[in-house]
Amino acid sequence: MTEATGGIEMDEDSSGTIKKFMFVNRKAPYGTIYALESLEVVLISAAFDQDVSLAFIDDGVYQLKKGQATKAIDMKNFSPTYRALEGYDIEKLYVEKESMDERGLSEEDLIVDVQVMSRAEMADMMDEQDVVLSF
Amino acid sequence: MNFGIMINEGPYNHQASDTAYLFAKAAIEKGHKVDRVFFYHDGVYNATKLTQPPQDDRHIVNRWKNLATEHGVDLVVCVAAAMRRGIVDDNLSPGFRISGLGQLVESGIQSDRLVVFGD
Repeated sequence: MTEATGGIEMDEDSSGTIKKFMFVNRKAPYGTIYALESLEVVLISAAFDQDVSLAFIDDGVYQLKKGQATKAIDMKNFSPTYRALEGYDIEKLYVEKESMDERGLSEEDLIVDVQVMSRAEMADMMDEQDVVLSF
Repeated sequence: MNFGIMINEGPYNHQASDTAYLFAKAAIEKGHKVDRVFFYHDGVYNATKLTQPPQDDRHIVNRWKNLATEHGVDLVVCVAAAMRRGIVDDNLSPGFRISGLGQLVESGIQSDRLVVFGD
């Protein structure tokens, strides 16, 4: 099994098609494993040359919060991985404004550069996708 | 239409696997194809052969196994999620196979629709 492609031998069939993949992150980074395991899929998807974007809505916006200190809950702080996404050519990070507002967050609180958009714009963005994976 | 399915929750605890199964069955009965079901997060618990529900309850694991046998559905369990949760080849139910997350991305590329069942 090839590590980078998660068990797929790259061949003509899967290398030709480019689809718009959106990973929708809705949960807080700790408390459940959804955020961490979502990030694992995102990293694998980079090997498939797809048009990948990440959306952060609801408590998912906390995943990008600066200054995560996780030592006391014995969890690894995986937030630096969001900064590394650029190196995988994953640069489309969309954050919903209403979700940030509801939680008293602003763009300055986030560890990466993102595109902030309204709930309505986010809905339009989702509508354009071929594949939406919700975590 | 050709469907890919993703299941993100464990059996019995959550309805995701039940709904996904009923969806897959209905789709196949209508003449659609379900190429692959990918089990992720706690969804990997749908694949353990150690599952023993009470006799008057549905057997979720065997139901998936039978769907795979009868309709050639590829049941794939994520290796990373499985290893975290103690699902290995020794306790893997027949009809399932363990592989990588690339199988999920591939399913997204190759199917007409990828349908996610989870919380």
